[in-house]
Amino acid sequence: MRQMSELKLKVLDLLKEDARREPELLATLLGATPEEVAAAITELEEDNVIVKYATIVNSSKLDDEKVTALIEVQITPERGRGFEAIAERVYLFPQVMSVYLMSGAYDLLVEVEGRNLKEVASFVSDKLSTLESVLSTKTHFILKKYKQDGIIFEDPEEDRRLLISP
Amino acid sequence: MSVNSQDVDNNSKSMTSYLSPVVRDIQPSGIRRFFDLVSGNKDIITLGVGEPDFITPWHVREACVYSLERGFTSYTSNAGMPELREAIAEYLYTSYDVKYDPKDEIIVTVGGSEAIDLALRALIVPGDEVLVPAPCYISYSPITSIGGGVPVEVETYAEDSFKLKAEHLQAKITPKSKILILNYPSNPTGGIMTYEDWLPIAKVVEENDLIVIADEIYSELTYDHKHVSFASIPGMKDRTLLVNGFSKAFAMTGWRMGYVCGHSDLIYAMLKIHQYTVMCAPVMGQVAALEALKNGLEEKDHMVESYNQRRRLIVQGLRDIGLTCHDPQGAFYAFPSIASTGLSSEEFSQRLLMEARVAAVPGNAFGGGGEGFLRCSYATSVSQLNEALHRMGQFVHKLKQG
Repeated sequence: MRQMSELKLKVLDLLKEDARREPELLATLLGATPEEVAAAITELEEDNVIVKYATIVNSSKLDDEKVTALIEVQITPERGRGFEAIAERVYLFPQVMSVYLMSGAYDLLVEVEGRNLKEVASFVSDKLSTLESVLSTKTHFILKKYKQDGIIFEDPEEDRRLLISP
Repeated sequence: MSVNSQDVDNNSKSMTSYLSPVVRDIQPSGIRRFFDLVSGNKDIITLGVGEPDFITPWHVREACVYSLERGFTSYTSNAGMPELREAIAEYLYTSYDVKYDPKDEIIVTVGGSEAIDLALRALIVPGDEVLVPAPCYISYSPITSIGGGVPVEVETYAEDSFKLKAEHLQAKITPKSKILILNYPSNPTGGIMTYEDWLPIAKVVEENDLIVIADEIYSELTYDHKHVSFASIPGMKDRTLLVNGFSKAFAMTGWRMGYVCGHSDLIYAMLKIHQYTVMCAPVMGQVAALEALKNGLEEKDHMVESYNQRRRLIVQGLRDIGLTCHDPQGAFYAFPSIASTGLSSEEFSQRLLMEARVAAVPGNAFGGGGEGFLRCSYATSVSQLNEALHRMGQFVHKLKQG
């Protein structure tokens, strides 16, 4: 991978904090021109470095609270294609939120979301475990999310500074 | 307070006659006055805060908690934990090319403030003149007066980016001049001094046999130029007391952790005062400070980058409003001129507070040359800064129309 420019890295940092920041604001913050920033963003998008501008939702605030599980999956890799083929078969299911290839005691870590416990359980037993190369699964239900993608959901660290100080 | 004691208070005579006249006559700081005005107001956006908006990095807080769990609760040696002094010496050498012996040239103090107090108390003979470039941090002149010294302001100017100029310094020198206090990067102006800026100052210091107290608490917060410590200028180390600390660089204001470095004769004298007054800096803070130096430099760099981004935002924003604003190269303050509005600093900041709900400190609170300016701290979030600039813009527009 070629070295990414410093401007691009800084643009990425600022967008990861808040994806809705306008190029004009980013330009002021970074001491660049809006054109330079816009060009950097376009390139990042074209190179699929910026994949998507999504919203992080604290789903515990929603009425239709969903159920999320992390599933450890042990698999036999396929000859020639390694883990790619099976990973693809897993991540194409819409209820699968994330898939990671792991080192250690298991191979894939799969995050699955469902409307309720039953829905997740049946996904695991009907769809996931029945895949030919899946040897075993271990399902862990998430009880509460405190922090996701570096963002704390209910940050207790408020500004306690005096309004005026020397 | 109970009703009874209130009655007693009301009937008792004034106690002020017991006070030392020097202390009685010290004026409370203009910042304090403005603080009283601001507190109690709601929906204020404040650009008046003289401290980082970051909370102390978690690894530093966690190191302190862990040390408490292990029972680190006793006195340390007067000058501070040897490991911390060694870490400070190494940090100063790596960062600013100044070499101090942790054995007898460094004292860990209760904030940079104690270090300044120690230095002035150790040096001042009543009647000595202490030169202070102004506008400047609020405590130098009062502490000088308490020690029996005479503060002499040396004005610095926006057109010089608030750098200290040798000719202005020279003009204020008398046979009684003894000490020069330097605070670069500067609170409140954001001005800095480069190596080339320092050379003529060093010459004046040498020729007039001055001792320098270099308060370099904002040394990590410079943006286009790396900080140059006055102690690193050839020939200046022995006549400089270098004051620094953890508050600004590592977002550790409330820990009150500072230090002072200098010639062992001076440090020895200051250590006597330090041991009789505070014994040693708090051990919890020292443990935290050591962790900050050992593992906190990367996070510090992130904070500096973040200040730099907001610095560009506020300077651009203030200029867009139509205020003249020199490019502040250090600390986290912008120091725009509000002279074009026709208002004094006090009037401007009071009306800005009342009519636009934005708090910023009037420049005259920082002594000579501060009138006509406003100190705007940009250690606050981008969204707050944008909103503050928006409100200030409307306010200034209204002023210029009316």
